[in-house]
Amino acid sequence: MDAMAAIRKTFFEECEEQLAELESGLMAMNEGTADRETVNAVFRAVHSIKGGAGAFKLTDLVAFAHTFETTLDYIRSDRLVATPDAMHVMLRAADVLADLVRLSRTGEPISASIWKQLAQDLEVLNPIEGASNAPSNAALAISVASSDDYQLNGGNEDFAPAMIDIGDFEMSDGIPDPVQNVFNISFRATPALYEKANEPAFLFREFRRLGTAEINCRIDELPDFTSHINFGSHLHWDIHLTTEHPIADVRDVFDFVDGDCELDIVDVTPVSPADDEVVVTSDIDTRDEPVTKAETPSGATDALSEAPAVMAGVALATGLPVGLQDHKDKHESAREVAGGTTGAPSSSTIRVELERVDRLINLVGELVINQAMLAQRMIGAGFPSSSPVMLGVDELEQLTREIQESVMAIRAQPVKPLFQRMSRIVREVSDATGKTVRLKVDGEATEIDKTVIERLADPLTHMIRNAVDHGIESAEKRATAGKPVEGTVRLSAAHRSGRVVIEISDDGAGLNRQRILEKAKSKGLVPPDAILTESEIDNLLFLPGFSTAETISNISGRGVGMDVVRRSIQALGGRISISSTPGKGSVFSMSLPLTLAILDGMIVSAAEQTLVVPLTSIVETFKPPRETVHSLGPNASVVKIRDTFVPIVDVGHRLGFTTTPRIDRESVAILIETECGNRHALLVDGIQDQRQVVIKSLETNYGAIEGIAAATILGDGRVALILDVEAAVCATGSKLGHSVSANPSAGALLQ
Amino acid sequence: MSKIILTIDDSRSMRDMLRLALSETGFEVVQAIDGVDGIEILKGCNPDVIVTDINMPRMDGFGVIEAIRKDPLKRTIPILVLTTESDAAKKLRAKEAGATGWIIKPFDPVKLVAAINRVTA
Repeated sequence: MDAMAAIRKTFFEECEEQLAELESGLMAMNEGTADRETVNAVFRAVHSIKGGAGAFKLTDLVAFAHTFETTLDYIRSDRLVATPDAMHVMLRAADVLADLVRLSRTGEPISASIWKQLAQDLEVLNPIEGASNAPSNAALAISVASSDDYQLNGGNEDFAPAMIDIGDFEMSDGIPDPVQNVFNISFRATPALYEKANEPAFLFREFRRLGTAEINCRIDELPDFTSHINFGSHLHWDIHLTTEHPIADVRDVFDFVDGDCELDIVDVTPVSPADDEVVVTSDIDTRDEPVTKAETPSGATDALSEAPAVMAGVALATGLPVGLQDHKDKHESAREVAGGTTGAPSSSTIRVELERVDRLINLVGELVINQAMLAQRMIGAGFPSSSPVMLGVDELEQLTREIQESVMAIRAQPVKPLFQRMSRIVREVSDATGKTVRLKVDGEATEIDKTVIERLADPLTHMIRNAVDHGIESAEKRATAGKPVEGTVRLSAAHRSGRVVIEISDDGAGLNRQRILEKAKSKGLVPPDAILTESEIDNLLFLPGFSTAETISNISGRGVGMDVVRRSIQALGGRISISSTPGKGSVFSMSLPLTLAILDGMIVSAAEQTLVVPLTSIVETFKPPRETVHSLGPNASVVKIRDTFVPIVDVGHRLGFTTTPRIDRESVAILIETECGNRHALLVDGIQDQRQVVIKSLETNYGAIEGIAAATILGDGRVALILDVEAAVCATGSKLGHSVSANPSAGALLQ
Repeated sequence: MSKIILTIDDSRSMRDMLRLALSETGFEVVQAIDGVDGIEILKGCNPDVIVTDINMPRMDGFGVIEAIRKDPLKRTIPILVLTTESDAAKKLRAKEAGATGWIIKPFDPVKLVAAINRVTA
């Protein structure tokens, strides 16, 4: 990758940050919680994107960012009030800007139609007084870099300040022009010129590239050195320039000092054909103050700023390049001082390639396994637990765990950017459906593993679309129901007992259970005579091929059902549940692991196999006394725990290790609670240990197995399967005919 | 003896581009990420030219110029302002704050170097 390509990549990374900043700033403005700095930050974000885009010649992006920035500038300077309508346009503009950035990044062709309309909408917002001042897109003042414009020859060469004779100087960039222009230039600097660190001598050096110049410094106004030290501007110059360049180029030399000098440029080119002399006088001095002000001593405090003027005076008087010498000294001292500080400024963050972090996480995972094996072998070798060796192993275990947690924290990221994307979805869908919907966001700072965040984007988008499209009623229906016309979708994230819970709720009509049930029956998903609980009906939504909408709209449809959402969440080791209140709305709740790499689990044995049960779902463990276990038909049984009956799930049977369920043996029950609050007793042969295990994906190494979340390697080197508690018990919890036991793979894998 | 250029810009890509353009020319480049950082870095170095952005968090370019022009030891350092517009009003404001000159973004490396050479020995 060459340097510019690397910078381009950086630019787009930066764009993402700026877009996030823009989005959150606009949201704050929309909610009326923005202060002046927020508005400034929003302006800066767009401005920054424009600036960088210009460098990469992304013309559409530059043009649109410019229009956007102009409107923001009006708001920033209080010339435009951010009304809700204006905010609506700007939020949409932020979306279009994000689109343009994305298209620019991939290099896809950009049709102007995607931004022209919104650019117009933005321009309409601008106050009338500004309309004429604001640069239009056509007149956009972005200079496209061109290298042949002009070139400075020998910029670092020495120069004689008093007189420059550059007659034999070859011009490298002069377009052959037979006309030799001759200008008489009179130049007088004001103190302001020196205060801004400009130097007339440096400007005159520019004449070298223009042509031949004869420069005379007039020192007649220079006060006598012996009389007093006067910090003022006392020199003026007469320059006789012969050049092929037009007067504009000559004026350009004085661009930086325009207003800080008295300048006369008189064209004295002899006009041969007509013989009548055309004199063009250019006076670009815009100052009103008389030049005599330069004579006024500006006070001792200004001493240093005036120094160059005096230097120049001395140099001219003696004919020696004293000024230059002075600058050379300055370089040397600057170099020495800068030696220690030349490095990049220190910053509290560093950017690391994700691959490096992942490699580290993998290694730490191996370290954890290795540490567990070591500990096990120590015990096997007969070291007593109080021996110094075992104490050391204990310490190692703690350290390993801390390292692991620290490494995991590197991958953790706030959900904020993800949530910000959702506000865009809400805007788009509410615009498309003609509903007014507000997205309220909570817990944006909640951190989750980067991969989890990335893989949440699609399911979350789908659910947000659903919430707006199906959840929220039309304005008329809401008005009839006595609800505020504006619907609310709430998106929240929070840490809850070692997991992250993300909830999407709407204040819409809630699920229409009757219709869901009818639909499921008509599609043959449930038997026609089935009697289902409310929660079971709600969960029908997650069945493959289920869609509540009468017609699949192009908003929520897209061929993705809630079953895909659930599968994505489950693939992340998460769970999803619904609760709904008619007339009040629905809540989709997702519970996700903080990380995909490690898990606190209980090591159990069932049917001679070692399994891991995630600790987060375990409520308690107990040995069920015979008399508390009751049969419920030929294949089901329940256990009575403190006056409630809980269904029993024989893990060995459920996973297909044994053919018949049994509760006759000495067994241990693990009481677990699912996301929807249902309790089940998992029957296992015994509990071996409770420890942290490193998750190894089954899907990547073998294939997905229902009822099994992943696998791990234990301290003794054996592979153990991690139970997907939710899936394992749901097969019994619902009567939908999904049975893990029908899948022999789990058993096959271990044999 | 190469010149030392201090660039102050909050944008990473802009900093990278400045560094690329300036170091290719043989300048020594010192970089600051915003105005406050720039003033801090300036305490420990004496650049020949300062190139600063205008719109920055914490302290903007105008603030930088003002602070430098008030500092008796640093006030003679030429300051070039990076601006996206060739807009006369913006130039004027930079000038009033005490900027030595300006560079229009996106900048042409040749012009950037020319502007630097125009204000230094």
